[in-house]
Amino acid sequence: MSYNVNNDLPENAVLSVQNVGKTFTLHLQESQRLPVLHGLTFDVPRGACIVLGGESGAGKSTVMKMIYGSYGTDSGRILLRHQETVMDLVTAQPRQVLAARRETLGYVSQFLRAVPRVPALDVVAEPLIERGISRETARERAGELLTRLSISTRLWKLPPATFSGGEQQRVNIARGFIIERPLLLLDEPTASLDARNRGVVIELIRESLGRGTGMLAIFHDADVREAVADMTVDVQSFTPAREQAAA
Amino acid sequence: MNNETPLLSVTGAGHRYGDRFGCRDVNFDLWPGEVLAVVGESGSGKSTLLGMLSQRLTLDEGSISYLTTRESSAGREDGTEFELLDLATLSEREVRRLWRTEWGFVHQNAAEGLRMHVSAGGNVGEPLMANGWRNYSKIRSEAEMWLRRVEIPSDRIDDAPATFSGGMRQRVQIARNLVFGPRLVFMDEPTSGLDVSVQARLLDLIRQLVAELGLAVVIVTHDLAVARLISHRTLVMKDGAVIESGLTDRVLDDPQAPYTQLLVSSILQG
Repeated sequence: MSYNVNNDLPENAVLSVQNVGKTFTLHLQESQRLPVLHGLTFDVPRGACIVLGGESGAGKSTVMKMIYGSYGTDSGRILLRHQETVMDLVTAQPRQVLAARRETLGYVSQFLRAVPRVPALDVVAEPLIERGISRETARERAGELLTRLSISTRLWKLPPATFSGGEQQRVNIARGFIIERPLLLLDEPTASLDARNRGVVIELIRESLGRGTGMLAIFHDADVREAVADMTVDVQSFTPAREQAAA
Repeated sequence: MNNETPLLSVTGAGHRYGDRFGCRDVNFDLWPGEVLAVVGESGSGKSTLLGMLSQRLTLDEGSISYLTTRESSAGREDGTEFELLDLATLSEREVRRLWRTEWGFVHQNAAEGLRMHVSAGGNVGEPLMANGWRNYSKIRSEAEMWLRRVEIPSDRIDDAPATFSGGMRQRVQIARNLVFGPRLVFMDEPTSGLDVSVQARLLDLIRQLVAELGLAVVIVTHDLAVARLISHRTLVMKDGAVIESGLTDRVLDDPQAPYTQLLVSSILQG
């Protein structure tokens, strides 16, 4: 079902964002148009961590969501190396985006969107189970990651909805890192963690980069950024008409 | 499994009430393992669409095709073969075969989908008997297994759904609809009318079963939170037309149509 876009994805890149633009139209506010991005262009090479920089409100999370597909993209191309093909995420069908998420494109958001009633251990194990790994093995791997991230075993059987912000975030990180995908999006994964757990996340990121994963990240903490960033893309320089967008 | 042909393919479909269309110009494909939510307010045409897909209302425009599975004739090795059916031309006998072997329907009101005064075990065993199961103890143990899967306590198997709570009735209805191994299940507001905590439990159960069984599901709901929790893709309907469709998270996080923006902005924050 995937198709080849004649092929401008650089040899060593997992993702190439090319001339991407995004405008929100707020129909409930007299169809006000908010241009947020214009001409955004960068690549994510294999094994490299690209960090999105810029002030709060510059559109960093918007970039993440456009790549993950939870926001649409108005113009440009977002080329993803998916299995043996190159997929343009701007025009891909929902089914193709879902396949890319399953196999190629991981996303650790700031907040855990917890499903009611599912225990933390299973929340973390789920991506492995979806890939056909046995429940037992998946839970074992999930337990290892939760232990590394200092989530006490007494929490494993409880649904994370009742956890503290920092605990939820660590569950979310464990879920994001349990399977290796060629591209990982990290949206402030360390925002509410203490120094020790930030250190564990840095380790996880480095291990994953070492195995060739490409990463695109937003980091709140300067120490994490300095520890893992290979390059920073300043999103602000692709933000049109600031005075309009400052609403 | 044939991966290139969708299980259900809907093209330009419409149903007419007199000279007015209840829904019109509906297009989508559905593959195994996919959950499609149809959302909209009452009167939007979402129930008409479900009725039309499930052969309860006539298809007055367009076409709907469904990829059925048949036991292949003796001598074939893989055991099953696929055939694309045009639903508009199906005989009643074929439609009955689909309901018996491949399709399920979970009603909003459990009384429409269950026999309220027959035991829970009987409700779940009945579809197996319709499929030719004859051994009573096998039927009972299969029904028991399914009731366990939908979290009905085993000491209630001989009680009738009339004595059950709303949430339990819906779970029995789900068991009755899944016990024979369908490939496509229609659901009409399966969780509305239930308490919030009961809803969450039921949704989680549906989500889990769908993933484990690789079912295709079309679920009609007025509740965007339900769509968010269990569907992969969403159609938004208004005045009988599909006004927006796509990945569920994209429809809800970056809605394009004015009406969808209004719906999304009206969600109560839980």
